[in-house]
Amino acid sequence: MALGTTTTMTNDTILKVEHLSMKFGGLMAINDLSLEARRGEITALIGPNGAGKTTVFNCITGFYKPTMGMLTLQRKDGKEYLLERLRDFEITKLAGVARTFQNIRLFSGLTVLENLLVAQHNALMKASGYTILGLLGLPAYRKAVDASIEKAKYWLDKADLTDRADDPAGDLPYGAQRRLEIARAMCTNPELLCLDEPAAGLNPRESAALNTLLHQIRDEGVSILLIEHDMSVVMEISDHVVVLEYGQKISDGSPDHVKNDPRVIAAYLGVEDDEVEEVIAEELDGGTR
Amino acid sequence: MTASTETGHPNVLAKAVREGVFAGVVAFLMFLLFVGIETYQDINNALVWRTRWGLLAIFVLVAAVSRFLSVGFIKPHIDRRKLAKAKSGVLEISEQKSFFHRHFLKIALVFLLVYPFLSLLIVGKQGSLKYVDNFGIQILIYVMLAWGLNIVVGLAGLLDLGYVAFYAVGAYSYALLSSYFGFSFWLLLPMSGILAALWGIILGFPVLRLRGDYLAIVTLAFGEIIRLVLINWTDVTKGTFGISGIAKASFFGIWSFDAGASNNFVKAWGLSASSVYYKVFLFYVILALCMLTAYVTIRLRRMPIGRAWEALREDEIACRSLGINTVTTKLTAFATGAMFGGFAGSFFATRQGFVSPESFVFLESAVILAIVVLGGMGSLTGIAIAAVVMVGGTEVLREMSFLKVVFGPDFTPELYRMLLFGLAMIIVMLFKPRGFVGSREPTAFLKERRAVSGSFTKEGHG
Repeated sequence: MALGTTTTMTNDTILKVEHLSMKFGGLMAINDLSLEARRGEITALIGPNGAGKTTVFNCITGFYKPTMGMLTLQRKDGKEYLLERLRDFEITKLAGVARTFQNIRLFSGLTVLENLLVAQHNALMKASGYTILGLLGLPAYRKAVDASIEKAKYWLDKADLTDRADDPAGDLPYGAQRRLEIARAMCTNPELLCLDEPAAGLNPRESAALNTLLHQIRDEGVSILLIEHDMSVVMEISDHVVVLEYGQKISDGSPDHVKNDPRVIAAYLGVEDDEVEEVIAEELDGGTR
Repeated sequence: MTASTETGHPNVLAKAVREGVFAGVVAFLMFLLFVGIETYQDINNALVWRTRWGLLAIFVLVAAVSRFLSVGFIKPHIDRRKLAKAKSGVLEISEQKSFFHRHFLKIALVFLLVYPFLSLLIVGKQGSLKYVDNFGIQILIYVMLAWGLNIVVGLAGLLDLGYVAFYAVGAYSYALLSSYFGFSFWLLLPMSGILAALWGIILGFPVLRLRGDYLAIVTLAFGEIIRLVLINWTDVTKGTFGISGIAKASFFGIWSFDAGASNNFVKAWGLSASSVYYKVFLFYVILALCMLTAYVTIRLRRMPIGRAWEALREDEIACRSLGINTVTTKLTAFATGAMFGGFAGSFFATRQGFVSPESFVFLESAVILAIVVLGGMGSLTGIAIAAVVMVGGTEVLREMSFLKVVFGPDFTPELYRMLLFGLAMIIVMLFKPRGFVGSREPTAFLKERRAVSGSFTKEGHG
């Protein structure tokens, strides 16, 4: 597929992070990190607290400008965007990357439906002729408004929020707010959805509902990049796991591979540094036997 | 339940007496020095003091008695009513609203339309001057200014303390362009709006990266800069002398209100000479301008740009994560708000016939902002009510000459305007912390339009 084009990315890679470094003063939050997210897959980014996961997210979504490195996003139509050169809102608008936040950021004073309509701002702005034609109430604009409400309804249904559509977003229970934030991100028509700890604080039932929602989103052809602490969620839904520690990648592969990687186990259980060497050596011995 | 309230009655009264006495003591301590004692200069210009025990007693009594009444009678009464309602099973929210409540907007609009004629009928031509001009036009100018500022502060959540600058730009645009080039009001009205919007964008650019307190300070400075330029650029603006003899607005160019003109309105209709016709005409002009502001605000709120403004007020970072360009969104809010300020300014210039930098001091910005906050940020109805209360209230103060009987012949009620203004604001903010109308109307709904309680909406962080 990629043959004949000048791109070095194959078409099944949606996001490629190369040699990403992020420095805050003297602190190296991310140190020469390279990773890839494949199209149509759920890629999980895990690691202990302070490993730099959210920093990676903020670099991808433009909230931080990386100190070094290249972030390439390829859309379905083959267009490539260098994310580190775009402004934060352009990353969503042009490159099709949407995100959610670790501490939920909803428009709490707007209703659930309005939250989903705000997310379709760019499409509606265009349809309204940047407000001027829309003020005249042209039929083309009204059609676009109807379409936007249909789309909002679609995601309300997927997120199981249809009954609460006219309630203020701040009035929803926690789990519903999480789902709404994801639905809102989906209303921007993203190709890559970045979720920052979507399962944090959810009870097992809500967590299960979230897994279903994420699978549905993936089945629509949207790739997902997620940060998660909850291992049961990560192991159950992700196709590909990247493990970070101290701003560096320590493991990368399928959930099963990562689960059994001695470096990951060491990072999570906190083994002494010299013991890590031993564990790895043992593992290698085991492998050759 | 009834038994307990009955047995509780003496307790309530005892408590009321206790609280009343306590309030009296507090009032006595508070007012002892600045009501009970008065300093003045005697014949030798020496500063001496005398006591005003009578006045102090009035203050203390008012405090004590009103506390006694509110604890002893008013609060139990309200509680009983609430209890009765709860018993009869009627929820407060589902309660059928009264006819007046439901049709409030229509009634208010009809009243405004007939208001000049009503006043002509009741108090005659000469008396109407006061009611149409001082009350009607004055209040409507503030309604329009507050509605314009509401777009910036109430919808987009950007705290603007220099709004009066745009009012000044509009007023001077009309005053200067009409006296130097002789353009008519109807040409200059849109032009002053556009010029003010331009200044809104010019202000917007440098302050876009600022938030909260910093934004407020910079807008405050901007307001002062405009005023100082008007004072010091004497070649063009005539400085503190101001520009006088500004042309009156004409009846869309058909009839003029200038006494000497051949197509004079009064002559053309064969009416007896009076300036009241011009005032009535101006009343309808500002009413139409207010309606335009309200219409545009209501329409814009339902457009993507209006929703983006409100989203910006709620959470700017989330806005950016959804691909909304916050720079242009803020700029349009500044420009739209400024445009209405400019319209109001050019109307102000034609109504006064005279503009000077004196009219555009910081206090004006503060009053307009106070009206927006008191009314309830984002609510057009609430803001209009707040403007009537605040501006109308200060005008009413001028009429209260009977207070001189109580406080002596030296008493000028207008001087207490700011004191009462502050008192009213404290009271409103205590009982209605979100302003008169704290809830917000959603701009779209699936099944039913339910107002969003003020406890969910945010004020914005600049």
